Amino acid sequence: MGIIKALKLGFNYIEYSEDDREKKVTRALKGVDLDVKEGEFIAVLGHNGCGKSTLAKHINALLTPSEGTMWVDEMNTADGKNLWNIRQRAGMVFQNPDNQIVASVVEEDVGFGPENLGVPTEEIWQRVDDSLKKTGMTAYRLHSPNKLSGGQKQRVAIAGVMAMKPKCIVLDEPTAMLDPNGRKEVIEAVRELNRKEGVTIILITHYMEEVVLADRVLVMDDGVVVMQGTPKEIFSQVEKLTELRLDVPQITILAYELRKAGLPLPEVVLSREELVEEILHVD
Amino acid sequence: MIRDITIGQYYPADSILHRLDPRTKITGTFAYIISLFVFNSWGYAVGAVFLAAMIILSKVPFFFMTKGLKSIVMILLFTMVLNTFLTPGEVLYRIGFLKITKEGLLLAGKMGIRLVFLILGTSLMTLTTTPNKLTDGLERLLGPLNKIRIPVHEIAMMMSIALRFIPILLEETDKIMKAQMARGADFESGGMIKKVRSMIPLLVPLFVSAFRRANDLALAMEARCYQGGEGRTLMKPLKYEGRDVAAYILIAVYLAAAVILRVVLKW
Amino acid sequence: MLIKLEDVSYVYSAKTAYEQRALDHVDLEIPQGQFVGVIGHTGSGKSTLIQHFNGLMKPAEGRVLCDEEDIWAEGYDRHALRFKVGLVFQYPEHQLFEMDVLTDVCFGPKNQGLTEEEALRKARRSLAHCGVPEELYGKSPFELSGGQKRRAAIAGVLAMDPEVLILDEPTAGLDPKGRRDIFEQIASLQKKRNLTIILVSHSMEDVAKYADRLIVMNHGIKQYDGTPREVFRHYKELEKIGLAAPQITYVMNDLKRKGLDVDTDILTVEEARDAILEALRKAGKGTKRPGDPERGQK
Repeated sequence: MGIIKALKLGFNYIEYSEDDREKKVTRALKGVDLDVKEGEFIAVLGHNGCGKSTLAKHINALLTPSEGTMWVDEMNTADGKNLWNIRQRAGMVFQNPDNQIVASVVEEDVGFGPENLGVPTEEIWQRVDDSLKKTGMTAYRLHSPNKLSGGQKQRVAIAGVMAMKPKCIVLDEPTAMLDPNGRKEVIEAVRELNRKEGVTIILITHYMEEVVLADRVLVMDDGVVVMQGTPKEIFSQVEKLTELRLDVPQITILAYELRKAGLPLPEVVLSREELVEEILHVD
Repeated sequence: MIRDITIGQYYPADSILHRLDPRTKITGTFAYIISLFVFNSWGYAVGAVFLAAMIILSKVPFFFMTKGLKSIVMILLFTMVLNTFLTPGEVLYRIGFLKITKEGLLLAGKMGIRLVFLILGTSLMTLTTTPNKLTDGLERLLGPLNKIRIPVHEIAMMMSIALRFIPILLEETDKIMKAQMARGADFESGGMIKKVRSMIPLLVPLFVSAFRRANDLALAMEARCYQGGEGRTLMKPLKYEGRDVAAYILIAVYLAAAVILRVVLKW
Repeated sequence: MLIKLEDVSYVYSAKTAYEQRALDHVDLEIPQGQFVGVIGHTGSGKSTLIQHFNGLMKPAEGRVLCDEEDIWAEGYDRHALRFKVGLVFQYPEHQLFEMDVLTDVCFGPKNQGLTEEEALRKARRSLAHCGVPEELYGKSPFELSGGQKRRAAIAGVLAMDPEVLILDEPTAGLDPKGRRDIFEQIASLQKKRNLTIILVSHSMEDVAKYADRLIVMNHGIKQYDGTPREVFRHYKELEKIGLAAPQITYVMNDLKRKGLDVDTDILTVEEARDAILEALRKAGKGTKRPGDPERGQK
């Protein structure tokens, strides 16, 4: 079994009207199957309201399934006694950089998770040092989070999760509120952790450039997974992506257009270098 | 403008005051506040000297501290004016039905000094102590209250979070105000009722935002395994050092001096 | 309305250790009807710049002129100016506060002193222009989806009938479709109402597509000012100041450098496709059409 596995996962949001008489049920997830291997880098795409965030919250047991089952590191998330183990194993980074930093000094925030886990003081310091180094934030350890850029704040949040020694990190649109430079630094940090530390990554995003780096891409729509495959496989379906309200990187569209016009280019081109080489080698 | 409020902010520096145990600083601040109410006249000079010495020791630039005062100038003036006019006694000057009395002036001066010293003294504590340490200190000092079922840890945590979000919410207030001004909102003119009504476009979004942030933060804390104070360890456990002992002695001497000056010399 | 900045400087935390020059002797002229993109990395002075256009910030030096009148001259009605120069801040949905969408959009027009009916008329018209469906008018703004909220908030500024509409990253945090919709609506509004649009954005692809003119800010200085084509010719310099050109521009420049004679002044995918095909044809390449031209659509 993979590190994260979902079987026919369903989830309903239930809203009560003011007088408690009417009940409105919104089905956010409608039977999601998922199997993530340890060390994989998964990107999840989908327009707003497609159920991505709801899925993410299941991985951290912030929500538990209405139907079906979810396992994290072979623990059933519906079982209350696994709760804290699951949250330690699968950390979470949220969209708004300001609203997830608890402490007023960077290093104290990174130490917050281990403190909650009851890690002995000396080891907390080791973990904090280590996590700050891995995310490149050591130079800022005594800064106030309020004085950092958005990208730096997100790296602090990632360091805070790393200090809990997770096997998996779920990032729910971590770059949505950042500028292009901030986006780059966050994605680079995430990629490093995936490659060097072997941390499993589940990255939810709207930015197609970030998806290109993933091992596997899931596309969600209306509470189900509608497409699944390598970035190349996904981006070869330009029309379908547009139908799902998503974007395709400009480079890929250009290659697609050129191919439609008759140039013998490969089915999918994801990088600028690749496209340039292919065009130059047309004869 | 609104961002200039420095009360509750932390000023990073490496000074003896920064290194003191938060419990020492809380006790010290408390003792200082008591001394302000013990003093009557010349005693304030002693209070001033003590405060000045602490400010110098703290390595916090003085202008940074006075910036915090600006925001309370209105409150300060208001109390002083009220005291000046409303205290009965020997009349010095009359404007219509209002009269300025000697006692009133004295009291106003005393209140003014007390308030300024109070703000400077307490902000010296928050400027030199990170909010987390401050709450750790409070938590430990108030720990015994746990026995009578007062959730000390939770209260301390709430305080520390409030302190962290004050600057964020102030900035947000500024932003919403400007956004509504761009839609023609007028926060300045008009009478009392109009002014209160004109605050609605500012306050509603501010509350909504504060709730959203609170909700987000609660989720983020849960995701990081926060489950209250039980079973938690500390990254920076509090430990008294030699300097804290020295500080306690100094505080005791200061407070004793204040009482003696008042009782013996009637300062 | 003609907006002019003459030698404008702005300084944050003046005379303290934190002093920072957010605008540094900026000269600028924006005639009515232009679509201007403003780009620059975070802290480059973009936000400070746009707040000078409607008098929310006062220059430390220099003058801001609207239709040749100094807006900081004594007696100038800056309150009235804000109705003519509408400013939509980042995440404008955070300023919604009324019980329902329609009333919220009426806030601006009512502050203008319009009658109830007139305000409602303008609010409805703007909501329609922003693509907010009528069945949402009576709902609480907080029940709307992210994209709908954003559009309602933009309508709130538009309802004041401004001549100039300034938008600070109007698509931040939206999904790709939401982004496209907002940009299309802004572009069509500009044509419908002959508005001046001043758009602050991080997306080079978007400004390249929509703006007639680009202003590049860097450390409070106006670094470049010209058509997108002119500005993106400096793509190497742009990189040095933390920006980039659209991906397409890079492809064309790479091709040119490696010997394919293509036009590099290119901004969109369609232009790039045509230019590449043209250059290959001239070089006598790519003429051998593959048997099945539909292959790419699989």
